[in-house]
Amino acid sequence: MTAPLLQLKDIRVSYGRAEVVHGISLEVASGSIVSVIGANGAGKTTLLNATMGVIPSSGTILYRGTPVPHSVEGRVQAGMCLVPERRELFTTMSVEDNLALGGFLRTADERRETLEDVYKRFPRLKERRTQIAGTLSGGERQMLALGRALMSRPKLLLLDEPSLGLAPKIVAEILGIVSELRSTGVSILLVEQNARAALEISDEAYLVELGEVRRSGKAAQMAADPELVESYLGGGH
Amino acid sequence: MDSTILAFLIQDGVTSGAIYALLGLSLVLVFAVTRVIFIPQGEFVAYGALTLAVLDVGRIPGTLPLLMGLGIAAFVFDLASFRQSFRPQHLITSALVNLVLPAIVYGLVVTVLPMQPGPIVRALLAILIIAPMGLYIYRVAFRPLANASVLVLLITSVGVHLAMMGLGLFAFGAEGLRAQPLMRGSFSLGFLPIPAQSLWIYGATIAAMVGLYIFFERTILGKALRATAVNRLGARLVGVRTNLTGGTAFVLASTIGAISGVLIAPITTIYYDTGFLIGLKGFVAAIIGGLSSFPVTAVAAIGVGLVEAFASFFASNFKEIIVFSLLIPVLIWRSLTTDPHEDE
Ligand SMILES: Nc1ncnc2c1ncn2[C@@H]1O[C@H](COP(=O)(O)OP(=O)(O)O)[C@@H](O)[C@H]1O
Ligand SMILES: [Mg+2]
Repeated sequence: MTAPLLQLKDIRVSYGRAEVVHGISLEVASGSIVSVIGANGAGKTTLLNATMGVIPSSGTILYRGTPVPHSVEGRVQAGMCLVPERRELFTTMSVEDNLALGGFLRTADERRETLEDVYKRFPRLKERRTQIAGTLSGGERQMLALGRALMSRPKLLLLDEPSLGLAPKIVAEILGIVSELRSTGVSILLVEQNARAALEISDEAYLVELGEVRRSGKAAQMAADPELVESYLGGGH
Repeated sequence: MDSTILAFLIQDGVTSGAIYALLGLSLVLVFAVTRVIFIPQGEFVAYGALTLAVLDVGRIPGTLPLLMGLGIAAFVFDLASFRQSFRPQHLITSALVNLVLPAIVYGLVVTVLPMQPGPIVRALLAILIIAPMGLYIYRVAFRPLANASVLVLLITSVGVHLAMMGLGLFAFGAEGLRAQPLMRGSFSLGFLPIPAQSLWIYGATIAAMVGLYIFFERTILGKALRATAVNRLGARLVGVRTNLTGGTAFVLASTIGAISGVLIAPITTIYYDTGFLIGLKGFVAAIIGGLSSFPVTAVAAIGVGLVEAFASFFASNFKEIIVFSLLIPVLIWRSLTTDPHEDE
């Protein structure tokens, strides 16, 4: 068996003196979608930011079997890419410039090629290529954030609540795209409050409560777990 | 006041305004990308001007050994950081940038200078000596503080300004120097003679602005600098290193400073400490532009130049006071119109 693409071992994160992630371990196998679900404030965003190196953490992060590079930029270069909760787009720049910058570490030829792929996946971004990113709608911003991440040709995507604040129809569209990405060989660690939608497209899932993993397993089994259905999936269908 | 004097004052004001515009743009650029309020901007102007004046008389300027020294200091800082993470590739890059580059500049100057090159070649040599200094100063003074507050960066900036002024005194002495013009003579525009040097200043300013525009709009590195200014975290998340954008911003700043210095060296006598006052006027323009708008800064700079020219004609003793007083209404207006809770 080959090593998982990403392994987190006993990750702890503190803000000042308050520890909010208390030793989380999880794995993302190559070519899979793994979701982390849990209530608001459980520590999901903190965990994802620590994985990307945006905030410091203790514990071990192995990427392709070896310790991850120290800096955020080093991790991007190694093929990791975070779509953060707040998107962090370049709001005063055009859609196309945002996308181009996503491929900053790539050659000009690779950037041109990948841009075509991203436009094929998100025709709406192509229509709005000259529009200033700050003037996009919520759904379009989310597409741009995803598109910008894809421009780096990542092997591992870390997605923080891609459905946050979006209308149900657009949520389905975005998660559909996420699930398609897996077939292109990208592995995904997905953080979602929208647990039902996340479990539908995931292979594995972890339930996080108050900074600890409460439960984990196959996504399909988790979705059928009566206790989970009760407290996180909003009862029956 | 007759129209000749009026025309002369306008021409004089636009000429200095063009220089202030370059410096103002540079200050905006450095602040937007690194959050450093770049007090030493003027020192690069003085260094450029004095270096050219010394090259004009066929001597080796003190800034040349200074360049070597700064390069070595930057290299030592790199070596120290390699203790944390070492890669042979990084050592080679560091040696090339910090040791080989200044050595090449040194070799070039000592080879070309005895051949008594023309004024344009001397000007290029002066720019070549000063431009890389921005990178080394960033490496030594600012890069270790990448996450510091604006205030800490400002204090560092003042420190660097004082150090560079001291080194300027050491390298050039306390005497004022004036360089030879890039081109002698003048052209006449109707009844108004425009010195050839002023045409150089207009031309170089426009060329520099067009160059910067193309850099920021068309190149991926230029876009990365803009992106860093808009969203620091976003830039890191796409793999843009703070060191790269910071170093680039500082090199642009030192290059712009050196170009400005070379351009004004033939029209004003420059002392080791003149740069500060010149830089401050660029700063007035940059503040009017809110340290963020390039076009407002450029227009404001021309305004500063004009006010200065007229003030020195009508009330020459109060020239500087009048120029800096321009800031007061602008600051009042800004404090009334901006929301203090906006950011940071
Ligand atoms: N920058 C911060 N400083 C202090 N506490 C924070 C900060 N960010 C998040 N927290 C706290 O950490 C906990 C986890 O937050 P977060 O990771 O955002 O949860 P989630 O993404 O699961 O909603 C919360 O209690 C939150 O209040
Ligand atoms: Mg969150």
